[in-house]
Amino acid sequence: MKRFFLGFAVVSLLLAGAVSYFADPNPDGLDHVTEQHGIAEHARDHPLAGWPLADYAVAGDDRFTGLAGILGVVLTLAVAGGLFRLLRKRPDGRTAGNTAGSTDVKTDLG
Amino acid sequence: MHMSDGLLNAPTSLLFVAVAVAGVGVALAKARGDLDDRTAPMAGLVAAFVFAAQMLNFPVLPGVSGHLLGGALAAILVGPWVGALCVTIVLVVQSLFFADGGVTALGANVTNMALVGTAVGYLTAVALRRLATRNKGGLAAVAFVSALVNTVLASFGFVLEYAIGGQGGVAFGTVAAAVLGVHVLIGIGEGLITAATVTAVAAARPDLVYLLRGVPQKLELRA
Repeated sequence: MKRFFLGFAVVSLLLAGAVSYFADPNPDGLDHVTEQHGIAEHARDHPLAGWPLADYAVAGDDRFTGLAGILGVVLTLAVAGGLFRLLRKRPDGRTAGNTAGSTDVKTDLG
Repeated sequence: MHMSDGLLNAPTSLLFVAVAVAGVGVALAKARGDLDDRTAPMAGLVAAFVFAAQMLNFPVLPGVSGHLLGGALAAILVGPWVGALCVTIVLVVQSLFFADGGVTALGANVTNMALVGTAVGYLTAVALRRLATRNKGGLAAVAFVSALVNTVLASFGFVLEYAIGGQGGVAFGTVAAAVLGVHVLIGIGEGLITAATVTAVAAARPDLVYLLRGVPQKLELRA
């Protein structure tokens, strides 16, 4: 179980940290259509457009896309893992913290 | 497929914030029943995987790319309620930390990708469940079709929102044809990624595939 979860996490980190450099930089389907039909003219800048991680870069430098991606994967895992851990059914409420499954989650949240 | 702020007028943006809050609220209540010590860490990892995969835009036409939305993928692996929450978390992280997808547009984006996409992807997978449980090819086919439906109908969510309160006054038919056309192509990519991912998980850990719950492990899905 642990090995599978570790492998799944490593795959996500590799995709976001390395394969992301090979992503197609062209606008996606929705952006393309809204640009073609003048809808995108109405778009407002994102309030965080000047924030260092904006557009999966680090301080506007997209040589660090992989680093931004890894941060995103870790952050998503922390938020989702934390929420799902809180929501989960505990067969034995008081001692849930001692089960193997809970230990896994703690490790994931590192 | 992330809308920026400003494409929809304020009342429409607010309407879909309300829709998203209601939908995510239901998902939060229902997800509890699908999460235990085994599936909770899996669900966290599925969310992380969807975040990673959404970064990987693939070409669909000259000058046009597409990326995974992930609703069908998440629903097949961790169920519709938890799956909707996975995609919602990804969209919130993208908008609030990476300026990808607007903030007032978050309601519409969650509605399209996390709620509509996940729901129709899951319903398609359930309708075809008999085929999915037959063998690895059947599971791959069901994952592909569910993901294709997920992408196309999620994009139709944008078409409807634009018709309700979009800026720029482009005719419904024009927007619908353009958006749906390109998202059929993106849906093929979504289908291939979803089929590859779901069959890989099923080969290693069929017990962690929500759609296959209750299927006797006579299935020779292990590699």
